[in-house]
Amino acid sequence: MKLKKNIATSESGFIFNPATGDSFSANPLAADILARAKDGLDPVAIKADILERYDVAPGQLEKDWDDLLAQLREFNLLD
Amino acid sequence: MPLPAARPRLTVAVTGLNATDSPGPGVAVIRALRESPDFDLRIIGLSYEALEPGIYLRELVDRTYQLPYPSAGTAALLERLRYVREQEDVAVLIPNFDAELYNFIKLAPELRALGIQTFLPTLAQLEARDKLNLPAFGAAHGLRVPPGRLLHAVAEVAGAAEALGWPLVLKGRYYDAAVVHSLAQAEQAFLRLSGLWGVPLIAQQYVAGQEINIAGLGDGHGRALSAVPMRKLTITDKGKAWAGITLEDEALLALARRFAEATRWRGGFELEIMRTPGDELFIMEINPRFPAWIYLTAAAGQNQPAALLRLALGLPVPLMDGYAVGKMFVRYAWDLITDHTQFQQAAALGEL
Repeated sequence: MKLKKNIATSESGFIFNPATGDSFSANPLAADILARAKDGLDPVAIKADILERYDVAPGQLEKDWDDLLAQLREFNLLD
Repeated sequence: MPLPAARPRLTVAVTGLNATDSPGPGVAVIRALRESPDFDLRIIGLSYEALEPGIYLRELVDRTYQLPYPSAGTAALLERLRYVREQEDVAVLIPNFDAELYNFIKLAPELRALGIQTFLPTLAQLEARDKLNLPAFGAAHGLRVPPGRLLHAVAEVAGAAEALGWPLVLKGRYYDAAVVHSLAQAEQAFLRLSGLWGVPLIAQQYVAGQEINIAGLGDGHGRALSAVPMRKLTITDKGKAWAGITLEDEALLALARRFAEATRWRGGFELEIMRTPGDELFIMEINPRFPAWIYLTAAAGQNQPAALLRLALGLPVPLMDGYAVGKMFVRYAWDLITDHTQFQQAAALGEL
């Protein structure tokens, strides 16, 4: 997962794409994931951290992760 | 932004005071001019009707004079402007309506003789980017525009649809448009639009995508001194921006630069762009003047009206680089309060 370099994110979960003017609201977990991704953290490490912090099965996480990626792609936020 | 304390006085006349739901750019131009660091301005409004809101915005407009409608011709306009010049020391005039530009461009030498400077496109530039000539304009300059053709009679609609496909965009000669999905809809729209605006109409291939506008300023020598792209966030039922946001996109800036270079555009302009899902940029229309949202350029750090004022006076204007991305405007409606005596003066005497 590689966010476009000019995408602005905030702690409150607000995402702004300056190339299109689109803005989105992410829930706290998605905002956290995006912030880490923006910092260049590896998806494997992000997922491992989520598995440690949340009561979620690995299979469910993978499914939700794919959903998130699909949405980010659809919103034109990924490189 | 704090303005220098001692700035030279200058009188500037501005048209387009109709800050309504389909606004003229005048009030926004004046607001931006007021932030010019170069001059302490006296603003003369030039109106066409007594209820144009800008007339009553006394903190922005010092005095207003009514002009004859463009259809009255250049002689009537010149006579009126001579009168205005006798009353006011107008140094620069900034027209803001498409429909009046022809007359002002024609009169530029006479205005100069009166001591009034303008900074306008040439008549050839004005004609070339006209809606009717847009496909030829695109082809001549290597700019991507949607295919289109002119319609002089309702019987021509079917042929245009066959060539351009459905849906089809029908545009009025000067204003208004309809997206139609069938021959019945198209014929109905043709009759409505031609009834309102005459013929020919323009049939244009429908381009799906994101609508973006670019406000720019050409120096007349092939350079876009400024270009600021904006995406409309809210539009009115007339398609006018009611909120918008500045964008960061090198492809849009490059397009504005190419436009200015190819046309050697002189003055303010607005490119109406459609960005397709495949990231192609189509020029849908070219407006030969600043748009009504022009104050956003000043707010974002590139004050295009103030720069145009310098150009009109023959002063140097450096290439403007960088602007605030994500700067937004949200338009609002506000009830100006005035007195009937003020209205009477504007309506009866044509001056306020």
